[in-house]
Amino acid sequence: MPKKAPKKEKIPRQQMDEQEPQVRAKNFDEVPFGYTKEQAKLEAARCLQCKKPACVPGCPVGIDIPGFIRLIQDGDFTGSCRLLWDKNALPAICGRVCPQELQCEGLCIVGKKDDPVAIGNLERFAADWERHHGTGVLPPREDPTGKKVAVVGSGPSGLTVAGDLIKKGHAVTIFEAFHLPGGVLVYGIPEFRLPKEIVAQEVNFLERQGVRIECNQVVGRTISLEELFEDGYDAVFLGVGAGLPRFLNVPGENMIGIYSANEYLTRSNLMKAYLFPKYDTPIIKGKNVVTLGAGNVAMDSARTALRLGAERSTIVYRRSRQEVPARAAEVHHAEEEGVVFHFLTAPIRFMGNKKGRLVGMECIQMELGEPDESGRRRPLPIKGSGFEIECDLAIIAVGAGANPLLTQSTDGLTLNNWGYIVTDENTGKTSKKGVWAGGDIVTGSATVILAMGAGRVAADSIDDYLTWGW
Amino acid sequence: MFTIVRREEMAEGTVILNEIEAPKIARKAKPGQFVILKANDTGERIPLTMADTDPDKGTITVIYMVVGKSTALFKTLAIGDGYQDVIGPLGKPTEIEKIGNVVCVGGGTGIAVMHPITRAMKEAGNHIIAIIGARSKDLLILEDEMRSASHELLVCTDDGSYGHHGFVTDKLREVCERGDIDQAVLIGPVPMMKFASLLTKEFDVPTLVSLNPIMVDGTGMCGGCRVTVGGKTRFACVDGPEFDGHQVDYDELMARLQAYCEQEKQCYENFCTLNT
Repeated sequence: MPKKAPKKEKIPRQQMDEQEPQVRAKNFDEVPFGYTKEQAKLEAARCLQCKKPACVPGCPVGIDIPGFIRLIQDGDFTGSCRLLWDKNALPAICGRVCPQELQCEGLCIVGKKDDPVAIGNLERFAADWERHHGTGVLPPREDPTGKKVAVVGSGPSGLTVAGDLIKKGHAVTIFEAFHLPGGVLVYGIPEFRLPKEIVAQEVNFLERQGVRIECNQVVGRTISLEELFEDGYDAVFLGVGAGLPRFLNVPGENMIGIYSANEYLTRSNLMKAYLFPKYDTPIIKGKNVVTLGAGNVAMDSARTALRLGAERSTIVYRRSRQEVPARAAEVHHAEEEGVVFHFLTAPIRFMGNKKGRLVGMECIQMELGEPDESGRRRPLPIKGSGFEIECDLAIIAVGAGANPLLTQSTDGLTLNNWGYIVTDENTGKTSKKGVWAGGDIVTGSATVILAMGAGRVAADSIDDYLTWGW
Repeated sequence: MFTIVRREEMAEGTVILNEIEAPKIARKAKPGQFVILKANDTGERIPLTMADTDPDKGTITVIYMVVGKSTALFKTLAIGDGYQDVIGPLGKPTEIEKIGNVVCVGGGTGIAVMHPITRAMKEAGNHIIAIIGARSKDLLILEDEMRSASHELLVCTDDGSYGHHGFVTDKLREVCERGDIDQAVLIGPVPMMKFASLLTKEFDVPTLVSLNPIMVDGTGMCGGCRVTVGGKTRFACVDGPEFDGHQVDYDELMARLQAYCEQEKQCYENFCTLNT
């Protein structure tokens, strides 16, 4: 047999250590531990440092990916984080929650024949390292321009706009309706995926650069959009998200024990109901919990239910596994922890006891028909296939719509048929002069990084407007 | 922090009035709107409809009954202390217009919510008959204020310790029987609003009620406050809190208000043990 030339030993993609599934399903601590310095350097060494990197166009905020990875390989972790900050004010968050497989990592050349470079894990490493061991030196800021910008909403898009514009010398104030900033990062994404301490620190990083944050300000109620201009703001960015929960509109949906995912997660994450009675906000802890829907929000809900002591946490989804919109990694984590999936199943009605508390759900089996307007095969009920699922808590995670509170109280904003704000795709400008919008209030429910990308586009346009008047 | 500038214990110390510095809210608030209050870091968010506002002083007034942990915690706040978070004004304001003869019915702490609406209704040129009720004389609040906000005031107590011995619905029936009532506004405990609505329906009197479901954010993003009105699900925090009293599913609302009774009891008992 001819002898093969010895192959250059390949470095495998470095896996982050994580909590064991049985252990973590009972606590709210973060699942993966993050890279060690050694792991990060090894992983960074896998990057080919392409002259024309394919990964960068996959990043909605255009991070210099080979650049920051090179600095990790060199051991200059602070430098690496500073390079990330050039394009991304929230690297510790993006490294954790971006769907990298669809973005940067999905385009990585190494990924053609091997596992792609773990760009997200490296981004997370650099940001975490800087947070824990960094110099505390802030990014440079241009001279004050004397211009004032109001950012409505402190979710990912608003924070990005604030981070970009403060660096350009504008005065930025964020108006947040909740008592804490962060939007979906604090009320939606659970602690075990994104520790709230990290969100607080990333937000504080913006405050240290000069961004003012006013909480408890419901724009549209406490203050109107017009009043912001009267108060001297030169431009306004609306990043209020898509916070209106959708319900199923099936009988019995208002029984006790049925939550929107928004309510369930807000109670648990923002109000810390998982620490009740140390914290005052209560939450219903079901034994048999059913989550309806199969997006990331559904995975977060089903996994939260386990941590709150559910004996059985089930996902009920009307399409098949192939159509599941959640990230593969999230589904995998949920399954490892013991979440059970019922595919091709849809609820018909909820059943309660005399006190109006949920005791079960009647479901029907579905089959997939022709593709619908979304391109996914339409689920059709199979006659006579009805069956019951016992449950004492149901969480509805079938998406969210545009919250009309602000848009209805503001004249001159063009909305589309679904109530989302219409903007110019290239600039984020709305139909109202001096007003920009971005994130879920424009696109409907999407991802953290897409909202940040929209924030970047709007921030560039706002800067042009403040500088040149267009 | 939102500082308490005036504090009164009413109704034997079970009902507390707080006048709170909140200039932005005071400037904007209209009768019928509410605020969400949170006392401290570990606190929950509680909705309370405003009993008064003073835009010049920059204050709002809330009146609440001590019924559980959070209101017991609120009670410990002295003048000069404050709430960590106050959010508002929230909800739709009451539609105030000249209608004619209006009957305003307030029960318990509902009288505190009824008062600014009654006053505004009177200022709009309506003839106001007000009916207020409480379990006993000691628990009756804002009698003088309601008297000056109305043309005629009828007082009821469940135990007969003051005014008419019986429920507000007794007096409401008498008023409706006089005829010529153009509008009823009912604010109080859910059973009161339920039975008073059934009564005004008999007389075909258009009826407005202010609902008090459980809330979390108060801005329409969770649906915790959902109620069924006219067969449709509505969010009380943004679509209300006022609705057509003849369309509300009160039984569902009453059941939903009981959702956390066990946790509420546990939380309250812990608090009482720690503070005795």
